[in-house]
Amino acid sequence: MSSILTQTSETPSESQHTPWVEKYRPKNLDDVASQDHAVAVLKKTLQSANLPHMLFYGPPGTGKTSTVLALAKELYGPNLIKSRVLELNASDERGILIVRQKVKTFARLTVSNPSADDLARYPCPPYKIIILDEADSMTSDAQSALRRTMETYSGVTRFCLICNYITRIIDPLASRCSKFRFRPLDDANALARLAHVADTERVNREAGVLEQVLRIANGDLRKAITFLQSATRLHLDGDEVAEITNKSILEIAGVVPDEVIGRLIAASAAKDMEKLFTTVNDVMLEGWSSVQILSQVHDLLILDDSLQPDQKSRISRVLFETDKRLSAGADEHVQVLNLLSQLSLIL
Amino acid sequence: MSLWVDKYRPKSLEATDYHPEIADRLKALASSSDFPHLLVYGPPGAGKKTRILATLQQLYGPAVEKMKIDVRQFQTASNRKLEFNVVSSSYHLEITPSDMGNNDRVVIQDLLKEVAQTEQVDFSGKHRFKVVIINEADSLTRDAQAALRRTMEKYSGNIRLVLLSNTTSNIIPPIKSRCLLVRVAAPSEAEVATILDKVCKKESVSVVETERSQVLQLMAAHSGRNLRKALLLLEAMVMQNDHLSLKTPVIQLDWEGVIRDLTASVLKERSVAKLQLARTVFYELLSHCIPAKVILKTVCWELLRGVQRDSLKVEIIELASVFDERLSLGQKAIFHLEGFLAKVMVAMEQ
Ligand SMILES: Nc1ncnc2c1ncn2[C@@H]1O[C@H](COP(=O)(O)OP(=O)(O)OP(=O)(O)O)[C@@H](O)[C@H]1O
Ligand SMILES: [Mg+2]
Repeated sequence: MSSILTQTSETPSESQHTPWVEKYRPKNLDDVASQDHAVAVLKKTLQSANLPHMLFYGPPGTGKTSTVLALAKELYGPNLIKSRVLELNASDERGILIVRQKVKTFARLTVSNPSADDLARYPCPPYKIIILDEADSMTSDAQSALRRTMETYSGVTRFCLICNYITRIIDPLASRCSKFRFRPLDDANALARLAHVADTERVNREAGVLEQVLRIANGDLRKAITFLQSATRLHLDGDEVAEITNKSILEIAGVVPDEVIGRLIAASAAKDMEKLFTTVNDVMLEGWSSVQILSQVHDLLILDDSLQPDQKSRISRVLFETDKRLSAGADEHVQVLNLLSQLSLIL
Repeated sequence: MSLWVDKYRPKSLEATDYHPEIADRLKALASSSDFPHLLVYGPPGAGKKTRILATLQQLYGPAVEKMKIDVRQFQTASNRKLEFNVVSSSYHLEITPSDMGNNDRVVIQDLLKEVAQTEQVDFSGKHRFKVVIINEADSLTRDAQAALRRTMEKYSGNIRLVLLSNTTSNIIPPIKSRCLLVRVAAPSEAEVATILDKVCKKESVSVVETERSQVLQLMAAHSGRNLRKALLLLEAMVMQNDHLSLKTPVIQLDWEGVIRDLTASVLKERSVAKLQLARTVFYELLSHCIPAKVILKTVCWELLRGVQRDSLKVEIIELASVFDERLSLGQKAIFHLEGFLAKVMVAMEQ
């Protein structure tokens, strides 16, 4: 049975080894940036010590797992958490029977009594929490079976389901939970959190680097922190960290240089298939990610004022088709070539 | 005796011949104690694996070169026995998910948990974590990728993953969010030619001196900036010829020749008989384990080379992109290959 690793006092060597994303995982609800709504509601439950079943959903790296872990810590404190919280995620075997069995065993374990000290410091509500992280990768049969289990044990347990895609959670299950939507982080709050990491690690940086990191990470704070850490490593000059520049951030993030995107679009607009063919071939051999190309072409063309609305709508269609095919696992080279040759008919 | 591709694989980051900036980056990452999870992507034969093995060397020193191959057995839920290979040293582990088919999730999780629970034996080692290399990560099932999400966070104390892949479009966003992405571009033709030259000198290959640079350039161009292909080609040509010169025929792969013949005849004439011929050819290629997607792409490229009209080219590319998707979604490759060619023939007749 997997329980939560309570990271109490980290030894210095340990914290040196931990990637920053783990090192700066929010320790309590106040550390969670930007998700004001969820945090406010959850804080109230801390006072009333009553918790509904919950469903957290939103894109990667927005704080879903962190929030529930922080909540659990604030509810039970470090001693009790092991016996009160069960975490199951997609890496665990989650067939119907196994989930039911694990939940049953866990729910039936008698709750250990909190010590007087814990009681004084933490709410220690009388129920247990079962976290089903990455619930979107459970089969719908397993999800159906979960409904009953949730009802059977609702007296003593609360469930928290976490997923990226809410549409993959079956309705009857979703409707039993209060839903919390986690938004991409792109506001001042997220910037402050990133600045906190950067300052604590004494990251030497050019102006605008943090804003840039946040923008490229597209609201994914985990990605942003990883970028920042890698950039710091790359700028290590002996023990001194040289100043991190905006340019090196772009490099690390795999953003395709504007010049390359420009070359592709120009080749497409020139309507010369021979030239288009070689240009695409070159770009693909450079290894640029097609998804990245797609999103940058999108940004460039859809915001281009010189294009007519009907052109733009046709462009969107082509982009959409390409995106769909790529996510079905189609060949990047063929798809990017098709994208640009279709664009040559529109531009 | 090892092949030249293996014999001349650089062992350390300093020795890598091109992309010095990638070597610098990997070195900087390896020298810090908090090495991140990596997703290394780039076209085939660009040198991804070489750079990662060299990074291991940088992380752990020469001891990682002591590798062994184990055959592991795994019992699936339906009681089928599954065998697959695991390459390992005391510091790392390397697996190829396509060996495991649809069971990749369970097998990988088992392996990772096993690694996570065994502490590094060598405490003098610089790093507490072991590296797990996953080859062809783009062929991991969605299920297996989903399962990696929390594992990558939970075991980040003792495991670092290095995912190697040709593309990033098949990798789900939560995994990309947990990795640092490293792009390895194909070497330029000039860089390929330089390496061929170096190998020729070391192996004392006789090349007509006045034509030396042209011959090597030609081979580099022929291999489409794929260094592995170029070195294999060089070795094969040296085995068949005593001297290399511009007159030495460049060896063509059999299957490429077969496709070229097919497209040439389609370009000449379209008929039902042609379609029948195509079926035979496709079946034969498939039975020789040429992946259907490679066949489709090669046919498309050859056709594009042969037709003149730009509007027809656009049409052929569009058809290729449609049938390429169907190949990914469907089961029976032959349908889609035939469908593609039939549609192309219709388009050519119009
Ligand atoms: N709202 C947030 N406030 C503070 N830190 C955050 C926040 N969101 C993400 N982070 C940082 O990113 C890391 C990953 O966050 P977390 O594991 O909570 O993401 P998640 O939403 O569960 O993502 P996934 O869907 O990929 O599982 C955390 O360790 C933390 O460093
Ligand atoms: Mg999570």
